[in-house]
Amino acid sequence: MIRTEEMLLNVGPQHPSTHGVFRLVIKIDGEMIIDAKPVIGYLHRGTEKIAENLQYTQIIPYTDRLDYLAAMTNNYVLCHAVETMMELEIPERAEYLRIITMELGRIASHLVWWGTYLLDLGATSPFLYAFREREMIINLLNEISGGRLTFNYMRVGGVKWDAPDGWIEKVKAFIPYMREQLAGYGDLVTGNEIFLNRVKGIGQYTKEEAMDYSLSGANLRCTGLAWDLRKNEPYSIYDRFSFEICTADTGDAWGRYQVRIQEIEQSLRILEQAVEQFPETGEVMGKVPKVIKPPKGETFVRIESPRGEIGCYIASEGKKEPYRLKFRRPSFYNLQILPKLLVGQNMANLIAILGAIDIVLGEVDG
Amino acid sequence: MIEGLLTSEATWLHFFIYFALTLLLLLIVLGFVTYAILAERKVMGFMQLRHGPNQVGGRWGLLQTVADVLKLLIKEDAIPRAADKPLFILAPVIAFTPAFMVLAIIPFTDRFQFADIGVGLLYYIAVSGITTVGIVTAGWASNNKYALMGAMRAAAQMISYEIPLVMSVIGVILLTGSMNLNDIVLAQESGWYILWQPIAFIVFFIAAVAELNRVPFDLAEAESELVAGYFVEYTGFRWAFFMLAEYVYMFAMSALITVVFLGGWLPLPYLGFIPGAVWFALKFMVVIFLLIWFRVTFPRIRADQLMEFGWKVLLPVAIANIFLTALLKEWINLF
Amino acid sequence: MSEKDKEQLKKEAAEKARAAAQRKREEREKKKEKSNDSASEMPQTTEDVTSNQDLEKQKAAAAAKAKAAALAKKKAKEAEGTETEPTANQDLEKQKAIAIAKAKAAAAAKRKAKNANENGDSEKAKAIAAAKAKAAAAAKAKGKITQAKETEVSEPITPSPQQPILDRYLNIVKEHYKDDILEDSYINRMSKHVPTIVVKLEHYYSLALLFKQHSGLHFEFLSELHGTDFETYMEIYVHLYSFKNKQSVALKVKMDRENPRVDSIASIWPGANWPECEAYDLLGIQFTNHPDLHRIMLGEDWVGHPLRKDYEPYDVEV
Repeated sequence: MIRTEEMLLNVGPQHPSTHGVFRLVIKIDGEMIIDAKPVIGYLHRGTEKIAENLQYTQIIPYTDRLDYLAAMTNNYVLCHAVETMMELEIPERAEYLRIITMELGRIASHLVWWGTYLLDLGATSPFLYAFREREMIINLLNEISGGRLTFNYMRVGGVKWDAPDGWIEKVKAFIPYMREQLAGYGDLVTGNEIFLNRVKGIGQYTKEEAMDYSLSGANLRCTGLAWDLRKNEPYSIYDRFSFEICTADTGDAWGRYQVRIQEIEQSLRILEQAVEQFPETGEVMGKVPKVIKPPKGETFVRIESPRGEIGCYIASEGKKEPYRLKFRRPSFYNLQILPKLLVGQNMANLIAILGAIDIVLGEVDG
Repeated sequence: MIEGLLTSEATWLHFFIYFALTLLLLLIVLGFVTYAILAERKVMGFMQLRHGPNQVGGRWGLLQTVADVLKLLIKEDAIPRAADKPLFILAPVIAFTPAFMVLAIIPFTDRFQFADIGVGLLYYIAVSGITTVGIVTAGWASNNKYALMGAMRAAAQMISYEIPLVMSVIGVILLTGSMNLNDIVLAQESGWYILWQPIAFIVFFIAAVAELNRVPFDLAEAESELVAGYFVEYTGFRWAFFMLAEYVYMFAMSALITVVFLGGWLPLPYLGFIPGAVWFALKFMVVIFLLIWFRVTFPRIRADQLMEFGWKVLLPVAIANIFLTALLKEWINLF
Repeated sequence: MSEKDKEQLKKEAAEKARAAAQRKREEREKKKEKSNDSASEMPQTTEDVTSNQDLEKQKAAAAAKAKAAALAKKKAKEAEGTETEPTANQDLEKQKAIAIAKAKAAAAAKRKAKNANENGDSEKAKAIAAAKAKAAAAAKAKGKITQAKETEVSEPITPSPQQPILDRYLNIVKEHYKDDILEDSYINRMSKHVPTIVVKLEHYYSLALLFKQHSGLHFEFLSELHGTDFETYMEIYVHLYSFKNKQSVALKVKMDRENPRVDSIASIWPGANWPECEAYDLLGIQFTNHPDLHRIMLGEDWVGHPLRKDYEPYDVEV
């Protein structure tokens, strides 16, 4: 008589494919997952609590460390929230610089995702290809902000540094190069039979489920819902650019893959228009009081980060420090659906599903 | 010469000569492993826009692997407290020994071969299967869930792929009429079996990659899923033994493919002035390069897809190939 | 069998340990309470279970006191903040600036006087003039700011473009509820004119359900949920969005600070599951009927709720 037993398996927090310190306690029968419980909080640094004792400009470096793969959007969401409260005017040039840096960051973030996802699936080379291109973006952002990962670039009312001479030209030159590489990625991976077998039909959910679970970003768009805050609730100057919302209708890992790859292309389109329209001269910092004191009240703004909808809630008492600061962190919300997706899958699919959600633990844990 | 030694009287002198020759082979194999690892890293580096090792041992990193092995030797030999100690120690030995044993029957040239046995091909496949026992032992003895899962995967994979592997070479055996590797090589003088048996070659090659636990079939040690699979608890030289076994198998399997499908030491027409050993080495390196190329290119296949592919695609194709070969042979004999 | 026994033993042991810990904690609290009795502004961290009734009573009393005190404080603060700041404060600053300028000028004059034999009067005069000019400039700047503020305040408030939408929401709510279930409803101009609805605690869940299911509202997407400690009360802020109607709403509910308890809406929007855990973890808000309420960030053994305003950082190792 053969007796089988369920096995409790601890995936993480030190596991190569959890993309940080994410822990997953799964119950498996053979390789089949029958129950999964995510455990988070290993990277919780209490950003929101720390922020309550900091002035707004001092909080910006902390936002860099939430989603450290796309720090520009995080910078922006905080500045945008404060600017919305204070009804500040942002100079043209600053707006363009913000858009350009944010879209560059989006491409860099998607590249990291693309590389690491393929690494999760066992292909080692794409990772290095992706990092070659990412390195170029990082160098561009380094040149303008002085940081490679944590930029601390945006300020309430504008940006900290103007673009150095020739920077816009470099961005201009990068766009066609990236396009070419993107086509190469397609040849390298997108048509690979093994890859397609690994992602098609994996981690599938419907549009209704996606909405119920508060998914956003590519995780929502892969179900066919054309929802992109850049288009639907335009902030900054996104309404000046023509681009499309990338969707897929499969709702699986393959759909998410397609959406992200297409988004790189759309970001390049935005970049192209932005560097074309970039004002020759102008201020990069608006007229902002020396000490930023938003009036008493509260605000909640949301923008589109590479990972989804990032939001910022500020309750102000009219002081230099926020009374309460809260980030709506897309990875945190997106990760919730994971246990539901994992039940009935095997170990190999676990990695494919987790990777496709695209989490950054700094953001999940806050 | 070696053949003569085997059949000669069992004197101490003969024993020592034989022992020395074996030691020579071991050294050749170890040298190969050292530079195969380096070659793999270099080739991977070039394909992935990197340099690969370039510090230790000059511009080409020629001593990199030596340094790595030295490091492994002086590492602490850690055995988990909850591990099954005797089995834990035994497992790398079980895994490595057959890897070296199979080399005995490979005819590197028409003269350099240790044992010319009648069922050479069968011997290879039978003995190489023992390694899986070592892997399963390692997985079990480690008392680690990831290791166990890796071991189970390895076992399942071995069963699924050993069969198409054997089935695919049956076509070759049919054409040769022998399982002796020397006979198989000599039968290829009129044309390598890769030309007469292309289907068999493709099936054999895929199954061989799976046998070697290499990408895209590296499920047993899938880093992103099982951390390191069956040897997750091994450190130092015990770990090195698994690595060694893996690369020796790569050596053996490439040699086998060269012998069975690429005509062994036989030269290309009109190029007979180049010695057989060089021909063997060249063909052998092409196979090795192909394996490395595979590793850089492919993502990992999923366990259930692997089984499906093995049983539903490779096995029927291999059987169809046997049928086809049999028909072909009869048809040729008819005229 | 033996495994089961073992497990039971383990469980019992765990329970014992827990009980011991509980006892210890209670004792600690008692001590704290004693020491804090006089200065009761510091409200106690609410621990759920206490067997001691007296203790609870005391606690309640203390809490009430604390609340009252906090309320008073806050009111005072607000009064100060809103009334005195724009006028008196600025006048003060202006005066300050002038005084500083004057002092500077005087100091300069003194210094000049010391060196009088070397330099002429003209320099002295220059210095004085410069100081005066500075002071004047400062005063002007202050004046400008006050003027700007005044104009801002006096600007007539145009009705928000979102007002009709809010009205529509309110009408739908009125249709479904006989009595007034809303505490407040307004347009939050600072938050991109989002219609904001503050609902009474007991109707929070049913209104949330209505928001999701009513075809005219149909908020199928929960964008954000979080809690805030406003010192006199706790608040849950929910930002909802309707893909169907392309509209959003902010739903708020206020609750008692000492025993913050609210219905979970995780059964309506599964996406509210983790945010509610977060609010429970960091603020100590209890969500009833939550599928799996646990301390998601800090772990079950953490003492206190960090995002509360009265949180005392507690670390054994420091």
